[in-house]
Amino acid sequence: MLSFLFRRILIALPTILLISIFVFALQKILPGDPLLVLAGEERDPETLAFLREKYRLNDPIWMQYLAWVGNALQGDLGISLRTNQPVTELMAQKLPVTIQLAVMSMIFALVIGIPAGILSAVKKGTATDYVANIVALSGLSIPNFWLGIMLILLVSVKWQLLPASGYVPLSEDFWLSIKTMLMPSFVLGTALAATLMRHTRSSMLTVLSADYVRTARAKGLVERVVILKHALRNALTPIVTLTALLFGELVAGAVLTEQIFTIPGFGKLVVDAVFNRDYAVVQGIVLVTAVGFIFMNLFADAMYYVLNPRLRGQ
Amino acid sequence: MQLGDENSADSGTLLALSDLVLRFKGHKNDVLDGVSLTVKRGEVVCVVGESGCGKSVTAMALMDLLPAGSATISSGNLDACGLNLDLTSTCLPSEMRGNRIAMIFQEPMSSLNPSFTIGDQIGEAVLRHKGGTRTQALDRAQEMLQRVGIANPEQRLSEYPHQLSGGMRQRVMIAMALANDPEILIADEPTTALDVTIQAQILDLIRDLRDETGMGTIMITHDLGVVAEIADTVAVMYGGQVVEQGAVGEIFNNPQHPYTIGLMSAMPRLDNPVGRLAIVPGTVPTIANMPQGCRFRTRCVFATQACAERPKLSQIAPEHDVACHYAPLEVNVSVAI
Ligand SMILES: Nc1ncnc2c1ncn2[C@@H]1O[C@H](COP(=O)(O)OP(=O)(O)OP(=O)(O)O)[C@@H](O)[C@H]1O
Ligand code: SF4
Ligand SMILES: [Mg+2]
Repeated sequence: MLSFLFRRILIALPTILLISIFVFALQKILPGDPLLVLAGEERDPETLAFLREKYRLNDPIWMQYLAWVGNALQGDLGISLRTNQPVTELMAQKLPVTIQLAVMSMIFALVIGIPAGILSAVKKGTATDYVANIVALSGLSIPNFWLGIMLILLVSVKWQLLPASGYVPLSEDFWLSIKTMLMPSFVLGTALAATLMRHTRSSMLTVLSADYVRTARAKGLVERVVILKHALRNALTPIVTLTALLFGELVAGAVLTEQIFTIPGFGKLVVDAVFNRDYAVVQGIVLVTAVGFIFMNLFADAMYYVLNPRLRGQ
Repeated sequence: MQLGDENSADSGTLLALSDLVLRFKGHKNDVLDGVSLTVKRGEVVCVVGESGCGKSVTAMALMDLLPAGSATISSGNLDACGLNLDLTSTCLPSEMRGNRIAMIFQEPMSSLNPSFTIGDQIGEAVLRHKGGTRTQALDRAQEMLQRVGIANPEQRLSEYPHQLSGGMRQRVMIAMALANDPEILIADEPTTALDVTIQAQILDLIRDLRDETGMGTIMITHDLGVVAEIADTVAVMYGGQVVEQGAVGEIFNNPQHPYTIGLMSAMPRLDNPVGRLAIVPGTVPTIANMPQGCRFRTRCVFATQACAERPKLSQIAPEHDVACHYAPLEVNVSVAI
């Protein structure tokens, strides 16, 4: 197990290196001089020179890179050009918000997607299967922003059941926090539920025609045990991996939904930073999400390993 | 056939399947067309026939293991385990499967669940039918592993299928099937995927168990060597029908159906290692192309106009039934060819 993980981490290292170079280069390639944003209206050459010095923009590029990586390794991703706050601090504020959103979305996705997938596989070719597939297809094709806006209009504006937007920290008011996040996580969760449902269905279909499922039936086991024990246990292995990857995507990709529901999470942070050419923040976020993604991947591999006795023995 | 009353009165009969007619959804012809089989206490019945003749489908239908909703049964009666089941409307209850009728399959490599231990998979069958605690079930599993000749059974209990060889997995399958002391074992080509030594060991094992417990066995195979080794009676299938059945000596020494005669001459013999040319030219017609009347007509060298009518399976000698208009043949064909 440890040697397996070790190998995986070794493979991940070059990827992380590449990403860091890419992220760093981004700043140099992108058009527009951030200093001009910073300096504002006064394009006083002296101020610019001072700022250049301050942000060490006169050093050779590889020194800038090494300095940046060195700092990043110590948890220092620079200072936001805009708010003068450390980037790490900015992210630390937003991360819990996004994680809460991601976790709640994932719960929606799993609770809807997996049972629906099992059901439509077991009832393949029946009305239940068709309905589940049509619902899943609509889940995939209805844009999140549309569903979000519709939900706000109906549930918040018309029926006044849930808050329309915003964010309340869990520590402040637990239930209000959950209630506020309910609609956005439903919007994100249903889109993922569709993906999960389709994968669960096809995975279950493969497994249901396996010889060992026939053996389970030949033993006289009742159908519930055949499906929920013998088939599902094997069908879930790829789904666990998929879930880990989707979770990484959720953290990184909730931008639009966060905008619609005005949730002050990662997505909003990155959008604001891009519009403000706040490169340190953009860099920090891209780096951290990319590395996070790689770790989710590692986690997915590890889960696959744990769930698979054939690999465990080696 | 006149099974029914006569046979169930005979306490020696463990299983009587009669007149099974089965069709897969979306097909225009019956895959099984009136299959009947009888198994007596302590008897090994070998079912032989070319690939696709319906051996496995017969066994699966009997056990209700065909994919749900994939087939319709328009006729068929099963007398087994003290039940008389009209297969058109009912099927073998799951309480009987793996309990009083057990089955093992051709594919030992894929028939065990890769995610659960050997102990769990055998124990589960015991728990399902005999109840008791998990410890008792595992004890029973260990005892069964011992009985099928697996070394270190206690250690094997906690191992996963991938840690076992093909031969061992098939033994595990047998241990699982026999864990509840079934009165009938259906073995669908249990040794085909295994090498010859292990094949012989497994046949020995089945024979020993038969001798010990009086278990009746349906052994599906297309290996006549296996038949010669283990069978008491033989049922020869062609195109979803039993075309000839009887005591093993009768079938080997006095085959009467032209198809059986072909099969016998297709078997390589020790005294003639080169083997003879089979007189079964051509291949089995697909289900959609099955001829009316005698299904063997398209390949039979003896076929005449009369064969447009379906021949009935009828007795030509004690313990010997044949479905051919021209049986018994006047000459002893096995000598003639
Ligand atoms: N689920 C199914 N749906 C449709 N046709 C099927 C199905 N299962 C089997 N068949 C068809 O039924 C016929 C009989 O198949 P069966 O598996 O019983 O043959 P067999 O005698 O066991 O052959 P083999 O020696 O190759 O195992 C074949 O033509 C096969 O294609
Ligand atoms: S009935 Fe006719 S076709 Fe069929 S096996 Fe006998 S001789 Fe051949
Ligand atoms: Mg078969």
